[in-house]
Amino acid sequence: MKADIRVALVGNPNTGKSTLFNILTGLNQKIGNFPGVTVDKKTGFCQLPDGRTAEIIDLPGTYSIYPKSKDESIVFSVLADKAKGLTPDLIVVILDASNLKRNLLLYTQIADLKIPIVVALNMIDVSDKAGIDIDIDLFAKKLGVQVVPVSARKIKGIDQLKNAIAYANKIALQQDTIDVEAIAPQIIAQIKDDLKIDNSYLALQLAHQHETLSYLSTEQSDRIEKLEHEFSFHSQKSQATETIARYNFINDLLYDTVKKPETAHDETVSNKIDKILTHKVFGFVIFFAILMFIFQAIFSWSAYPMSLIEDLFIWLQKVISNVLPAGPLVSLIVDGVLAGLSGVMVFIPQIAILFALISILEDTGYMSRVTFMMDKVMRKVGLNGKSVVPLIGGFACAVPSIMSTRNIENWKDRMITIMVTPLVACSARLPIYTLMIALVVPNRNVWWIFNLQGLALTAMYLLSIVSAVTVAFVMKFILKARERGYFIMELPVYRMPRWKNVGFTMYDRSKTFVLQAGKVIIAVSVILWVLKSYGPGDTFAKIDQKYHQTQYVKTMTPDSLTKVIASEKLESSYAGVFGHVIEPVIKPLGFDWKIGIALISSFAAREVFVGTMATIYSVEGDADKMESVQQKMHSATNPDTGKPVFTLAVAFSLMMFYAFAMQCASTVAVVYRETKDWRWPAVQFAYMTGLAYTASFIVYHWLK
Amino acid sequence: MTLSQLEVGEIGIVKEFTDLEMSVKLMEMGCLPGEEIRISRIAPLGDPIAIHVSGYQLSLRKFEASTIVLQ
Repeated sequence: MKADIRVALVGNPNTGKSTLFNILTGLNQKIGNFPGVTVDKKTGFCQLPDGRTAEIIDLPGTYSIYPKSKDESIVFSVLADKAKGLTPDLIVVILDASNLKRNLLLYTQIADLKIPIVVALNMIDVSDKAGIDIDIDLFAKKLGVQVVPVSARKIKGIDQLKNAIAYANKIALQQDTIDVEAIAPQIIAQIKDDLKIDNSYLALQLAHQHETLSYLSTEQSDRIEKLEHEFSFHSQKSQATETIARYNFINDLLYDTVKKPETAHDETVSNKIDKILTHKVFGFVIFFAILMFIFQAIFSWSAYPMSLIEDLFIWLQKVISNVLPAGPLVSLIVDGVLAGLSGVMVFIPQIAILFALISILEDTGYMSRVTFMMDKVMRKVGLNGKSVVPLIGGFACAVPSIMSTRNIENWKDRMITIMVTPLVACSARLPIYTLMIALVVPNRNVWWIFNLQGLALTAMYLLSIVSAVTVAFVMKFILKARERGYFIMELPVYRMPRWKNVGFTMYDRSKTFVLQAGKVIIAVSVILWVLKSYGPGDTFAKIDQKYHQTQYVKTMTPDSLTKVIASEKLESSYAGVFGHVIEPVIKPLGFDWKIGIALISSFAAREVFVGTMATIYSVEGDADKMESVQQKMHSATNPDTGKPVFTLAVAFSLMMFYAFAMQCASTVAVVYRETKDWRWPAVQFAYMTGLAYTASFIVYHWLK
Repeated sequence: MTLSQLEVGEIGIVKEFTDLEMSVKLMEMGCLPGEEIRISRIAPLGDPIAIHVSGYQLSLRKFEASTIVLQ
């Protein structure tokens, strides 16, 4: 789609920017990358009242144009870099009407860049309710821009905002907010002259940010560096002067335009909630209760939809093998693709529940309270209160969680968080845990309400947290800090979750999981099917010949004969040969060659395990009796001993391996993307796989 | 007297900062000289603290609070 006008949304975090973006663009949006950096770029299209189309860009929320984290640095470069063609024609600055003072700082900075601006005064309903009286006309007049009161949550004022966007001026008419040139007159004049720019504030920002701006040439950057020395420009002092001047402007503006009720300091609802949720004792009790609830919900709420999906696939496999003539194609579809797919699809309910619950925690503002409560503990182990969010997000998926570490300003804290996040039990491990626990842990209740299987799962989750924290503690002593750490963070007001957003996140994440995992799984399933259906040379023909001899045909029933042939073929197939090659390495962990095949194929993605198991064991299943993977694995026996393959020791050893091993190509890729150095993912892969082998070995020999 | 010495519920007015680097970050978030700050609560483990400033709630570590000198 081609847009007539490009509009960027800019605002503080927690101002309802994303909600407004969703309303303006509907489902008509896509997530991409800003060129050269890995910050998510959300764009969408919006039909304006005058028939034109606007492209809307959602820029990361920031408190100031001076970036403190990787995400925030994108805001200034998008607004300043004219060469890449990303600069907006119009900026919509979103201000939280109930918290104007701090919100206006960013406005004054953006305004001084002299790009046309429209102000969306969001949460006007909240500020009205709080008795805050804003003289919007005077406010707009003093700023020299259009000001539109909106309520993104209640979907009010949206048409007026679209109108304002459509009929906005093409040239910037806003009033100057402060005397920028007075801050550093000489260097501003010189940069304007040298770089041929006419905006003083842009010149000042270049003096501050030239080292991190990729679009400046080396000569330009060096030139600015020289000017800094020449005029003894001190970045922090200059910023301090500027910030004080800006707040003076803001205080004057608010004094004239906003009347607040005198009844300050009374207890707000948010405060009352905080008293309980961050209480010395109850705070932690509630936090752990919420985590417990999440794990129990994953298990119990998903049971029914999961069995439905399972049945659906069994039915589908039956139908296909009945309708189509038997042959390699049907075998490929039924035993390869469908068997692999059902292994993943079955976990959609669990993943959806997990993502929904985590997005509710974030949306309500509870997650930042967890950050607040946990900062001291996290700091002791070399992390940061802000590491809690990626770590909890790690329960869902390490990939978005590692991307969310961009909010952590401190380099060392961020690196350690990235290194340990993949240890947290992600949703891809859930299928393996579920399967193994269901195989060896009895399904009954202990202590009235606790389900034994649920407890085993909780234990696996706790183990993942303990291991992440321990590794972080060790790394604290290995890595050297680059800068001082700090923790200055807004605690947003509690809000009801936006159910539409929760539903959207749930749908979006589950879809991504299915599409991404599905692709890998179908590919791996097909490769695996080929590897196990064909053997080197004429081995398969020889096996057929061998069992056609009269001594076998006469002594065995046709049924058991097919079974023997099938399992002998599997063993001598390419997959079997491969499994046997690695068997000596994994034997000390209690794994046979069949598990070995699944283990190796899981290095692409963990969730492949179940599909692989299904594909491998479908060989031995009765042709006329379709079973689920779990049933097949339950009845699997070791041909040498006649005992079940999946004993308690093997199942737990396997879970340990999956708990620690770095079996996820996407995570390796994202760690590289975020660190820009292959050594980080390499070290991560090595230490995690080493831990996995050791833990499996110990557990197997302990439980054997 | 610094902000870190206040008890929950007490109010102070910012006079100056002892640390330039921290002051820049704190001022951006609305902690400016002349601004009134009230201690809302202290985290369960004693650190960080939550303050009410410029009409909203901000959390910061005790160390950062100790760089804010009160009138």
